[in-house]
Amino acid sequence: MAEYKLIGKNYTTPDLVAKVTGKAKYAEDYRAEGMLFCKLLLSPMPHARVRNIDAREALAMPGVKAILTADELPPPPPPPAPPPGQPAVTQPPNENALTNEPVYQGEPILAVAAVDETTAADAIERIVLDLEPLPFAVDPLDSLRPNGPNARLEGNTYINRELKSLKWTEKDFSDATDGRLPMGEAPDTFSIGDLEAGFKQADLVLDETFLTQSTTHHPLETRTAMATWQNGKLHLYCSTQSTVQTVGNVARWVGIKPEDVVLISEFTGGGFGSKIPGSQTMAIPALLSKKTGQPVMMRISREEEHYIGRARAGVQARARVGFRKDGRITAIDVFTIQDSGPYGAQGDYRNVGIMASLAFQPMAMRWRGVTVLTNTPPRAPQRAPGGQQMNGIFDPIVSKAARKLGIDQVEIRRVNAPSGKATFGPPDPKTGKQGYVTSAFVREALDKGAELFGWEAKKQYSGKRRGSKARGIGVSVSPFNAGSTGFDGLLIIRPDGMLQVQSGVGNLGTHSVIDVTRVAAEMLDMPWDRCEVQFGNTSKHLPWTCVSAGSQTTHAMTRANYAAAMDAKKKLQEIAAKDLGGRAEDYDIGNQRVFRKGSPGSGLTFAQAARRAIQLGGVYDGHELPKDINAFTTRSATALAGTGLMGVARDNYPHDGNTLSHVVAFAEVEVDVETGALRIVEYATVADVGTVLHPHSLSGQVFGGSMLGIGHAISQRWLYDRQYGMPLAKRFHYNGPPTILDAPANVKFAALNIADPETPVGARGVGESPVGAGYAAILTALADALGDDVFRRTPVTPDLILASLELGHGSHDALTTNV
Amino acid sequence: MAVIHDMMPAFELFQPTSIADTLTLLGRYRGDAWVMAGGLDSFDWLKDRIKRPRYVVDIGGVAELKGIRASGAGLEIGAGTTLTEVVRHPVVKEKFGILLEAAEAAASPQIRNQGTIGGNVSQDTRCWYYRAGWSCYRAGGNICYADTPTAINREHAIFDADRCVAVSPSDTAPALIALDAKMVIRNLEGERVVDAENYFIGPGIDITRMNILQPGDLLTAIRIPDTWAGAQFYFEKIADRKVWDFPLVNVASAMVANQSAIQRIRLALNGVAAHPKRLVEVEAAVTGKPRNEQTAEMAGRLAIAGAQPLQHNGYKLPLVKNLVKRAIRGVEGSWTS
Repeated sequence: MAEYKLIGKNYTTPDLVAKVTGKAKYAEDYRAEGMLFCKLLLSPMPHARVRNIDAREALAMPGVKAILTADELPPPPPPPAPPPGQPAVTQPPNENALTNEPVYQGEPILAVAAVDETTAADAIERIVLDLEPLPFAVDPLDSLRPNGPNARLEGNTYINRELKSLKWTEKDFSDATDGRLPMGEAPDTFSIGDLEAGFKQADLVLDETFLTQSTTHHPLETRTAMATWQNGKLHLYCSTQSTVQTVGNVARWVGIKPEDVVLISEFTGGGFGSKIPGSQTMAIPALLSKKTGQPVMMRISREEEHYIGRARAGVQARARVGFRKDGRITAIDVFTIQDSGPYGAQGDYRNVGIMASLAFQPMAMRWRGVTVLTNTPPRAPQRAPGGQQMNGIFDPIVSKAARKLGIDQVEIRRVNAPSGKATFGPPDPKTGKQGYVTSAFVREALDKGAELFGWEAKKQYSGKRRGSKARGIGVSVSPFNAGSTGFDGLLIIRPDGMLQVQSGVGNLGTHSVIDVTRVAAEMLDMPWDRCEVQFGNTSKHLPWTCVSAGSQTTHAMTRANYAAAMDAKKKLQEIAAKDLGGRAEDYDIGNQRVFRKGSPGSGLTFAQAARRAIQLGGVYDGHELPKDINAFTTRSATALAGTGLMGVARDNYPHDGNTLSHVVAFAEVEVDVETGALRIVEYATVADVGTVLHPHSLSGQVFGGSMLGIGHAISQRWLYDRQYGMPLAKRFHYNGPPTILDAPANVKFAALNIADPETPVGARGVGESPVGAGYAAILTALADALGDDVFRRTPVTPDLILASLELGHGSHDALTTNV
Repeated sequence: MAVIHDMMPAFELFQPTSIADTLTLLGRYRGDAWVMAGGLDSFDWLKDRIKRPRYVVDIGGVAELKGIRASGAGLEIGAGTTLTEVVRHPVVKEKFGILLEAAEAAASPQIRNQGTIGGNVSQDTRCWYYRAGWSCYRAGGNICYADTPTAINREHAIFDADRCVAVSPSDTAPALIALDAKMVIRNLEGERVVDAENYFIGPGIDITRMNILQPGDLLTAIRIPDTWAGAQFYFEKIADRKVWDFPLVNVASAMVANQSAIQRIRLALNGVAAHPKRLVEVEAAVTGKPRNEQTAEMAGRLAIAGAQPLQHNGYKLPLVKNLVKRAIRGVEGSWTS
């Protein structure tokens, strides 16, 4: 491990004081002269067609300025590019910000702008809406039944990217007994190896059904936006995960050129995948502002966030898994049904297969899946899409097998753990070969975690009872995507000697917006107090940057910043050689100087070099730019040209394999079998995420991601009344995400800090792996305490535990979703 | 009329500073007035435009309604006292620990700082159909949406349903019943004092209200007699989350027992009916019996006699049975802490 001055060290990010003192301005905090407010009229029905809108009375009210309907929007654009690992599924009809055919209760139909929110809301109440009710489905299996309802008039599933109607037979349903998932026609599949040969080698085969729930992302900050137009440009104050990559989407949603969008999002109160490219509804204030000629603020309430704020796709799965006596997994045959909401399909169900193939390295595998449309809020990737669900489906099976085979739960995971350039996923159709990861050190993580957690000592309590209290311990191995490549870095060494790094990363709460720029400072040997980071506003001229999603930022943007720093270093050396003689490679940098090697006091200060760069112009100050950078970066660099010595480059570094990280988690729980009440006694994680960039940020990410998983394990839910197609749990209280007081008091964390060999600096992302790890560590611990067949769905709430233990069945039908 | 939530409509707001002024306002506006204390129940209704009072009387500024004082041989707690103040009061801790536990089990620290004990006992049900504005019996309609084969009714009633299957969500109510607390109610005509267990009403009596307060009435204080001071108490709440959750079921008991027998006991549940339920038959059955597993078992079985679970809340039967058992015989503490 290289000796670093900044990388791997804790520091206070420059935005932090504003956040904790309340001075930070989120979208809702902006005001502009003459600003109007708008409110939304949401569909009261799960599926309907708008026959008529009578807004005469509303528009006649004093203070009401304008109405916006679906007819006034640009045609719906194709959905944004999916994060790495997600298949690009693009099919009409696509979602738009407003609609004349609402496909879920709560979908926005129109918006009204008025002088204040009360007036806008009063106006909404006076609108008379004539709706024609249409058939609806809120449960995938209901829709797959013979003669079951379709969520869309065009069908209920995608077959070869086309919306089609798929119904299973009565026999498909009657073949599945004992609460097992029926398995009818599944349009999607992939296979690895010889499945039957795999099962032939098995000494134990388990066949288990498990339901993971759909959940709203519900970041603390709702997707509020304020828009104003100045000199033909849209200035949009919004809440997005990705600063730079939101610009193109906003332009498409509003129907203007990207150059005409100024996007301001200095602080974002979380996204978890729901605001990757911003939100389509941001077009509403933008278009209302254009229509009225006044700034328009659209504040989104918590209930509205439930509707338009995106949701995780619940997956119902049945998995047959074969084990050898030593615990080695010989075969996995998994069947998945995904609830994909009313619009495009998601990649979650496929990721269930892909991530299982990595986490457990099965000798053979088949994945099958069907994605079913429902009239429930639109889905989007939610932190570890499919990865979290995979852990919930498979980890309880692996732990059950361990108990049946008399193997330790950690040992069975060590036996199956991915290592080195482990292969995973479906074979490439052309080569027949599987992809592989850049590196994996899961066995090392398991060993370290077992020690940290005190696994051996805790085993004596495994499954034991004292009075009404049952104790259990569990463990999970969770892989997920952790990096992309090919983005741009942009920085300036200014004539005042400061290093100014441009960061196009969104400030969504992870610190990565700043953390990645530390690599540029490190490589240029700049003290951190001589660095400034520009972010959160595209008028500050930011480089082309990855979306802040798929845990890719740390990997992608450390590479890009490394590249920009190397470009700046080369230019410093060249300027020194030009002015002081010799060759560029005779010079080194350090202590804010470029100097002749071996003579640190010689040469130029960075400030002097920056002034020389401006005099020299050309490539040195950004007047000539590399040809391979993105057009977005070219525009930004052009605007900054002449302000100092510019480092600007695309990340062209080699990269062999797919970048994924692993987190292993350990949990101990205590369950009261008389009441179903549970307590997480201890929780420990170890991260295999390459070089640690920022220890506090990393442990915060692992803890936060774990809490999302823990919430899915024990409390977070969706509730639908199937008869009416209506959601019942909409706001935080009824949805039940865990609070900080639900967090385990005893939490331990460690990182392996082994550099990834396929990237400069060696850092990978960590955002998503902890989710599945937290989820399944709790589930395996609960199963250890209560027995293997007490629950087959999440969340595992007291009623489910008690109904199962005392009544012999769950509170609800085994396969019904959203209960 | 299209529906919109989360935006409070205009209403006339009064902020009286005395009980007398409050009663004058409530007497003047009767059924058009809405009494708001901490606002935690009120704001939901007002913001969602489902309850649309013309006049809101905010009693948060009435100093007479706040504070805990000695009252004869017991305590008088002003209805406007926050749950946090109840939790922190030394006499509550010393003599009526069950009320401390119940108040501390309510909601979250932030809500307890704002929410009052009067509001906690007087709040409306949390049935999601009713609170979402569905036109159910309780809202003046003619159907219960929570009592259908496909309804989501895991959290609903197993006792005393009458058209409506909603439950009382209060954590402090069963503790107050166990302590034989008295509710002090005033209106322009004067003051009346009722037993806590009679403060709450089920749908059979009035399907639109959860308590006996009529237009013009104000709950001003809760008196706790010394009758059960220092008794053996038991309180337990089961909920999905550790904080910010209403009870699936809670239980509260106050008991005086010696080595050989339970001498006297009061026992109440909540989360099982539209009103907190005092278990008079169980109290009678266990009085004079030894405090042991057998008595506890008998009490648990008796507690669920007559219960009628809905489609999805059958678990409440074993839960009630076990909680009542524990209220009688106690339970071992956590194994791991």
